[in-house]
Amino acid sequence: MEMIHADKLSYHYKIHDEEGRVTGSKTAVDSVDLDIATGDFIAVLGHNGSGKSTLAKHINAILLPTGGSIWIRGMDTKDMANLWEIRQTAGMVFQNPDNQIIGTVVEEDVGFGPENIGIPTKEIWRRVDESLKSVEMTKYRHASPNKLSGGQKQRVAIAGVLAMRPRCIVLDEPTAMLDPAGRREVIDTVKRLNKDEGITVILITHYMDEVISADKVFVMDKGRIVMHGTPREIFSQVEMLAGYGLDVPQAAKLAHELRKRGLDIPAGILTKDELVEAVCRLKSGI
Amino acid sequence: MPIEIRNLNYTYGAGTCFEAHALQNISFTIPDGQFLGIIGHTGSGKSTLIQHLNGLVKPSSGDILYNGVSIYSENFSMRELRQNVGLVFQYPEHQLFEESVLKDVCFGPKNQGLSPAECEERAREALLLSGVPQEFYDSSPFELSGGQKRRVAIAGVIAMHPKVLILDEPTAGLDPSGRDEILGQIRDLHQKTGMAVVLVSHSMEDVAEYVERIVVLSDGVLFCEGTPREVFRRYRELENLGLAAPQVTYIMHALRDRGLPVDPDITTMEEATDEICRVMGVEDAS
Repeated sequence: MEMIHADKLSYHYKIHDEEGRVTGSKTAVDSVDLDIATGDFIAVLGHNGSGKSTLAKHINAILLPTGGSIWIRGMDTKDMANLWEIRQTAGMVFQNPDNQIIGTVVEEDVGFGPENIGIPTKEIWRRVDESLKSVEMTKYRHASPNKLSGGQKQRVAIAGVLAMRPRCIVLDEPTAMLDPAGRREVIDTVKRLNKDEGITVILITHYMDEVISADKVFVMDKGRIVMHGTPREIFSQVEMLAGYGLDVPQAAKLAHELRKRGLDIPAGILTKDELVEAVCRLKSGI
Repeated sequence: MPIEIRNLNYTYGAGTCFEAHALQNISFTIPDGQFLGIIGHTGSGKSTLIQHLNGLVKPSSGDILYNGVSIYSENFSMRELRQNVGLVFQYPEHQLFEESVLKDVCFGPKNQGLSPAECEERAREALLLSGVPQEFYDSSPFELSGGQKRRVAIAGVIAMHPKVLILDEPTAGLDPSGRDEILGQIRDLHQKTGMAVVLVSHSMEDVAEYVERIVVLSDGVLFCEGTPREVFRRYRELENLGLAAPQVTYIMHALRDRGLPVDPDITTMEEATDEICRVMGVEDAS
């Protein structure tokens, strides 16, 4: 079954004046059609204010569309009867781990979600064990979250979502506040969950290097999806991306610069290894 | 007006079971007009350190000299220090409060006792330097996009004409073009006014691109300092500290491992492009 299907999804914010009267509206998401298959790893790019987060919040019914519809595993988010099942199907992880952690001990934090929906204690513990194992944080189960590094905190937040047994995780800039090692920990964890556990991943990020191994990339601008394709297709359009306020991974950028200087480097390079290979092949060809 | 940090120690919860050494025996100098970068893993003490630099936190032991005078000496004016050393916190847009952008930026100079006309002149100049479009001056700061809000917050500090500008992760959560614009404007500001800039960042690429000298913190200890080349040459050690080298440095090392006679210590995109072109025998386009 398709994980997410959106048909002309729109969202307009109402603008209020000081007395609370509605004086106008602003379109944050503009007639977006979307199809995301179960098990896909999707990356969403776009400049600040392009509508990425607004779109993401529709996936677990934090926001409801003001126009069009979105279905999560066939469930229309506008039907209130579906709300709790949708929230359990699609979990969200936000930018700042400190705003998402509420427990005083790691395992307590991870168990908070299932506890709230009345899961029996034995089952909660089983889920806590499994979730912490999935994010490789079992060692820290008795630690206080505020003693952890940024990457570790964010992995605890992911474990908290996993304990709800979601089929889909939406991550809204999960690495924006992390150091390089923390960034790698989080992205490796997300990739593993996608590959080994088949969880559908929707990753919103401003770090182009995190997008390379996604199945598909969507680029948003002014509330619309303006580009979609594989990372290789998207990142070969350096100039077009720059027009949308975006960048390409460092290796792709260097390849682009070298091509501009006349070096015969093939298009579509994404990784360090591909670039090194291309330069060496060129060198031995001369 | 150099800032000299001498044997600085800061301990949280001294004498309790939560005792933690946030800073241990830190010594270095921020010379006049330098563009300095501070890097370190989350929790390494970066934010604690910079809060010492304008006297917001008092060290457990050690000293800070501003212009040769201890900032903890009896007759030292903290007020003057805070006007000369401007600190832009993480997510500074959370501190905006006034009803218009222009008024918000006037707040600092107003507190310095300048006349309304002078305040407005300072505010206009600071907004221009921070790249805030004039059409927003009378808008509520809360109506702006994330990137614009952050510029307004930075302008609020610049308007005080500090001699040293300290920025704690000014680009966290910004899209690539917002990142480049803000850092580009800070570089311009540094060049135009000659003020010293201290940039705390988790982006090794940004640090390599913009700063003259880097200080590396790890677990509250000064691990090393030097030019970007000198520091990133030790990338294997940095990786053990949760940090990394810029992507291009890894590419250069990989090329060198494959037998290409490139300089492996390169840290910026521009240098890497030039160096690969040189080795490949491509004429310099400029």
